[in-house]
Amino acid sequence: MAIVTRKFDAVIVGAGGAGMRAALQLSEAGLKVAILSKVFPTRSHTVAAQGGIAAALGNVTEDNWHWHMYDTVKGSDYLGDQDAIEFMCRQASEVVYELEHFGMPFDRLDNGKIYQRPFGGQSQNFGGAQATRSCAAADRTGHAMLHTLYQRNVQANTQFFIEWMGLDLIRDEDGDVCGVTALDIETGEVMAMQARATLFATGGAARIFSASTNAFINTGDGLGMAARAGIPLEDMEFWQFHPTGVYGVGVLISEAVRGEGGYLLNKDGERFMERYAPHAKDLASRDVVSRALTMEMQAGRGCGRDADHLLLKLDHLGADVIKARLPGIREIAIKFANADPIRDPIPVVPTAHYMMGGIPTNFYGQVVAPYKTGPEEVVQGFYAAGECACVSVHGGNRLGTNSLLDILVFGRAAANQIIEDLKKNQHHKQLPPDATDKALARLARLEGQKDGENVAQVSDAMRKTMQTHCGVFRFPDMLKQGVAKMSDIAERARQTAIRDKSRVFNTARVEALELDNLIEVAMATMVSAEARTESRGAHARDDFPDRDDNKWLKHTLYFNEGRRLDYKPVRLKPLTVESFAPKPRTY
Amino acid sequence: MKFSIYRFDPDTDATPYMQDYDIELEPADRMLLDALVRIKTVDDSLSLRRSCREGVCGSDGMNINGRNGLACITPLTGLKEPVELRPLPGLPVIRDLIVDMTQFFKQYHSIKPYLINNDPPPETERLQSPAERAELDGLYECILCACCSTACPSFWWNPDKFVGPAGLLQAYRFLADSRDQATAERLDYLEDPYRLFRCHTIMNCADVCPKGLNPTNAIESIKDMMVKRTV
Repeated sequence: MAIVTRKFDAVIVGAGGAGMRAALQLSEAGLKVAILSKVFPTRSHTVAAQGGIAAALGNVTEDNWHWHMYDTVKGSDYLGDQDAIEFMCRQASEVVYELEHFGMPFDRLDNGKIYQRPFGGQSQNFGGAQATRSCAAADRTGHAMLHTLYQRNVQANTQFFIEWMGLDLIRDEDGDVCGVTALDIETGEVMAMQARATLFATGGAARIFSASTNAFINTGDGLGMAARAGIPLEDMEFWQFHPTGVYGVGVLISEAVRGEGGYLLNKDGERFMERYAPHAKDLASRDVVSRALTMEMQAGRGCGRDADHLLLKLDHLGADVIKARLPGIREIAIKFANADPIRDPIPVVPTAHYMMGGIPTNFYGQVVAPYKTGPEEVVQGFYAAGECACVSVHGGNRLGTNSLLDILVFGRAAANQIIEDLKKNQHHKQLPPDATDKALARLARLEGQKDGENVAQVSDAMRKTMQTHCGVFRFPDMLKQGVAKMSDIAERARQTAIRDKSRVFNTARVEALELDNLIEVAMATMVSAEARTESRGAHARDDFPDRDDNKWLKHTLYFNEGRRLDYKPVRLKPLTVESFAPKPRTY
Repeated sequence: MKFSIYRFDPDTDATPYMQDYDIELEPADRMLLDALVRIKTVDDSLSLRRSCREGVCGSDGMNINGRNGLACITPLTGLKEPVELRPLPGLPVIRDLIVDMTQFFKQYHSIKPYLINNDPPPETERLQSPAERAELDGLYECILCACCSTACPSFWWNPDKFVGPAGLLQAYRFLADSRDQATAERLDYLEDPYRLFRCHTIMNCADVCPKGLNPTNAIESIKDMMVKRTV
């Protein structure tokens, strides 16, 4: 097959919040940018973010970025890199104001300023009273933001490649990145997209679990491509289970419900979070609340016939507040739980939601890996931002509304770094002769495979294994079996067959290619989790219930070759302020 | 449960046809999209778009028993069998339930769907009162699923000239924004026999919108603004 090659200054894979914030910056700088997305940009999963964007604007309660930084470090269970966290929290107000200037329809306070609401883990004065830090557009903040960014890109004439899927990273013999191979889903055509800068903004991958708040498209494509190209994946054992996914369905119910005053109840009608987090109660960090829900169910205090869910009560907020501030939640509860929250509580369970780990980067968005000479060297030509990246600002546990902030700050930072780097690198590196081999081999395998297992069957086995063996609480024998089971499933994934051989909009092919990426993510998760013998943030081991800073205050690096693990130190030194030393974490 | 689904693959089929499926549902299958995902496990060639499965991304608009809607928030109970599924009407079909939305997005882009304000931005946010912000409710929530425009006879006849309900709803979203300064320019563009005035208040748009929005009202509001500026 003759493969078309096209040259761009920069190629961005993924058109969610991070990708589109970066594209805007690059287009406005006059660069030739291609931004690829498996779906029309406003269908990216940023659209489903509900509660808000964290920024210490201080519109409601006194606030400053340093308090926000403290909360983020503590929320991360001290695994977050403090240089990156300072960088993010310092820029928060600026990127939010910028978004407002772009046209974002934020809710407003009576004085005309941006409306802010309280969220979990937010405090004033380094652990004092609850802060009110999340800037919101009702409970559709992600939707409003994604559409605003798309609209701004329309104005900037950004070149989109819509319904194109990244297949594999192109690295040359120096290990530098020179672009990606990509599939035009509509026509089946494969293209080599050569670029002086390649930015991954491919989002999350919580579709490795059965119960997930994530969209079907969240299959970790960027991580799969990076891992296959020899780039390590960082901190993959850390997955956030959101305390309130709709029972049996997984659809997200925003923490904004608790921010506005809703709370959780067990079958006795007890507000049980008071026992687990006497100070912050229902607004403790998500890892803490999800574990509390799980323990309530294990103690037989869950609701329903099988004691397998809990209730989120908000009717006391009144119809007016619910209609004005939580209209999307009400819609979801009515449609998916048959419960109108104006009268009825919503049945909820902890649900896989967010990947704290990802492709290792510094706070300029440059991918860093053990490479030519050092353990954290910049991989030339390669950048990552948003959920697919591990900067690491979220460490072991992300605070609610820090993810929309992350994608704005690091989408923009990566673009700014690309603009600088391209001034130095004026010419494209030559594509290696084997540039498209990896991608074409995967496609040829699918094309030729006659008998083989159904893709849906194998992905179902993967999701069940991850759910059972690597959930909210993790057990040593289950993890060990999990690694063996995942190895077996990875083998099966290499033998799948699709019956659809059409060139045109072949979604069976897309799903098979996605499975390759999911498997990389799931394998990295299980192996990394089995090795970390402590409990920190969202990684809770039954056999090692405590955090162990002596042994484990370090980041995991997983390499797909030989499923090897390595580690690197946490960056405890911020940019300008004093370090927050690890201390016991209570809410 | 029985389904009859529009099939067409330009790679292999000379003409479209309807294919019947009879599938066993699981208790967890509540929505139409759940059933389609289940069909796809037995026939992987059935092609459709889907993503968020909660009615916010706008991917899975289709014609369900004669009416446009999103598969992911259409409950299976209450659907008459066999459930007849066709692609959104009026747009070229790429394959099966997947339509070519180029024309739809072209119309959306034509109304300059972005805030125009030429003043240098302040250091903090531009102020907007809660009442001014409330003007955007019922407008900004659009998910661009195209259920409305592809239910509109005026859009079927003139998809290249009539902006259509989705585009006009967004035109009004910016006209209604107290921060936007391009009111005259926006109204000038729409003051045209086709772009706006092909709307004959048939109201199919408001009837089918899966988000409960009302493009007809927005169109009436634009017409009001035009009348007001002439007097």
